[in-house]
Amino acid sequence: MSDEILDEVTASEYKYGFVTDIESDTMAPGLNENVIRMISAKKNEPTWMLEWRLDAFKVWQDMKEPEWSNVTYKKPDFQAISYYSAPKQKKTLDSLDEVDPELLKTFEKLGISLNEQKRLSGVAMDIVVDSVSVATTFKKTLGEKGIIFCSMSEAIAEHPELVKKYIGTVVPKRDNFYAALNSAVFTDGSFCYIPKGVRCPMELSTYFRINESGTGQFERTLLVADEGSFVSYLEGCTAPSRDENQLHAAVVELVAMDGAEIKYSTVQNWYPGDAQGKGGVFNFVTKRGICERNAKISWTQVETGSAVTWKYPSCILKGDNSVGEFYSVAVTNNYQQADTGTKMIHLGKNTKSTIISKGISAGHSHNSYRGLVRIGARAENARNFSQCDSLLMGDQCGAHTFPYIEAQNPTAQIEHEATTSKIGEDQLFYCNQRGIQTEQAIALIVNGYCKDVLNQLPMEFAVEAQKLLEISLEGSVG
Amino acid sequence: MIKIKNLHARVEEKEILKGINLEIKPGEVHAIMGPNGSGKSTLSNVIAGREDYEVTGGSIDFEGADLLDLDPEERAHKGIFLSFQYPIEIPGVTVSNFIKTAINETRKGRGEEPMDAREMLSKMREKSALLEMDKSYLSRSLNEGFSGGEKKRNEIFQMAMLEPKLAILDETDSGLDIDALRIVANGVNKLRNANNAVLVITHYQRLLDHIEPDFVHVLYNGKIVKSGDKNLAIELEAKGYDWIKEENA
Repeated sequence: MSDEILDEVTASEYKYGFVTDIESDTMAPGLNENVIRMISAKKNEPTWMLEWRLDAFKVWQDMKEPEWSNVTYKKPDFQAISYYSAPKQKKTLDSLDEVDPELLKTFEKLGISLNEQKRLSGVAMDIVVDSVSVATTFKKTLGEKGIIFCSMSEAIAEHPELVKKYIGTVVPKRDNFYAALNSAVFTDGSFCYIPKGVRCPMELSTYFRINESGTGQFERTLLVADEGSFVSYLEGCTAPSRDENQLHAAVVELVAMDGAEIKYSTVQNWYPGDAQGKGGVFNFVTKRGICERNAKISWTQVETGSAVTWKYPSCILKGDNSVGEFYSVAVTNNYQQADTGTKMIHLGKNTKSTIISKGISAGHSHNSYRGLVRIGARAENARNFSQCDSLLMGDQCGAHTFPYIEAQNPTAQIEHEATTSKIGEDQLFYCNQRGIQTEQAIALIVNGYCKDVLNQLPMEFAVEAQKLLEISLEGSVG
Repeated sequence: MIKIKNLHARVEEKEILKGINLEIKPGEVHAIMGPNGSGKSTLSNVIAGREDYEVTGGSIDFEGADLLDLDPEERAHKGIFLSFQYPIEIPGVTVSNFIKTAINETRKGRGEEPMDAREMLSKMREKSALLEMDKSYLSRSLNEGFSGGEKKRNEIFQMAMLEPKLAILDETDSGLDIDALRIVANGVNKLRNANNAVLVITHYQRLLDHIEPDFVHVLYNGKIVKSGDKNLAIELEAKGYDWIKEENA
């Protein structure tokens, strides 16, 4: 019985499948040096930035698309992608009134009311729609603390010394195929700098949204927390329904200097394709942070979207006593595939890392955890704790765990725990008997299972994430 | 309250219930006893609506409604509660969150408003005290790491919170030590009133020392073969089930 019920309740349609009709300024498909020069020119970039991009392009041309992950998909035709698409809005906006009303409607459908967000939650938002930032709020408040929070294009123009100093230092151009591609063609993204000793007074938030059909998105995020500072950064995404696959290859770099702390939270809900596995976003992301002495980076992610996910937010624990954390919930349904996890590279003494990964597979999906814990030769007393749990719904899906451990220092302490469980008929009947419908029962069980991760999210995000889990797994059909 | 007529049910291909007749009126406590494999748990699961059990004949009327037409949660909304023989674990879901969801979903099913948070809290305090449960109980994951006795107490706590019309206690005494047995029985007794009824399913007479039944039925080979008052239970305890088996051989 339960299979039928599970099928029924896990078959919820993607709720955010709509297209906003905004006139776009889109470049013809194709990729060559001229395209990169055009992107750079459109953004009025300085020469050093163009040179950097061209160098990355050269590197990329010699690289091969990786095939080691546990996902199968039709490789994108990189010459069929348009590398630049900007909503036609010429001038910079100071207030929401100037934002295209169509765009505001889109945000409303997503349940993101900028006004409400601004007024109630104290969240400053840097919204990226099709690669160009259209609204930035709270800049003033942040400015008083010396915090820089702006689009990457703006940062390149106004804070070139900071961008030049840190871009590519955590994720080098030649790091991997998609990182190299991103370095060559990234169109925009967010930049954030927290000065020494400053505690960022609000959650910094960016909403990404892919809008233009057939447009690849190449976001670049750089977040620098100077000595002793603290910042909590939220990233959330939804994308409209599309039949053709859309490529997304972002790069996120975090720099946590001595004693700094960065909390980076993601809720990802890109179009996963339809129930037959047609369409959906390809999400090939490189996210990495570097921790100096006594610094801490904490990644929290709730991933429910994308047709194919390839993502490993990682920490390089370079400084002594630094701490890396990774909390993840990855949900796959229908024909979604996710190969996600983390890398914890322990280089400094007394470094500590924690990995909590919760995979949920439903439908015909495949969900893999892939994680690497490496303890370097000089990392005395390094410690890691990993817990990787898989929850299966139905018997057509798959869960896989690939933990890699490399310890070059005998003082290392590494713990790894893994469990696989299934939402059982027994659990559902027990809930039913207490008056709880099967849909609510699944939501309850899944939320309980993900609690350790959801608890890491800031309050307002945790609520959204819970909603998302319900939508992707058992939300009312339609 | 509940009228079971000529009920037949099977699990997979095996017929387990072969014509059960039973009527329970408000305010009554009935006990069903019987040897292993006689169909006791099947009966409780069929009343609660578990899908693995296929009803092949007969009827169950609950306060004028045909129970067999309803989903398990609809039966719960009508006031049927099953205290499970083996309560399941739900990691990460606290006892308080679970019971809150159960109460509000039940209310929703009945077309009522959710319970006020303050009322909910004070009710939880009152009922957990009744079951002599430590406060920390409420914030623990449902049944995870609970001892056998704690699980059963938690079942009766949920019963106290949900205030069902008909409570079925499926071997609630198994796995309980004497103190826990007393606490659980005491809890059940305090919840009894003229409008609700209890169906106790047990192997042994000892629970019936604490929860005194008005009627005792012996279930054997899928049928009620003997009914009587509490003295029947005492007789069974003294003589065992063999004489029943012989009588019905």
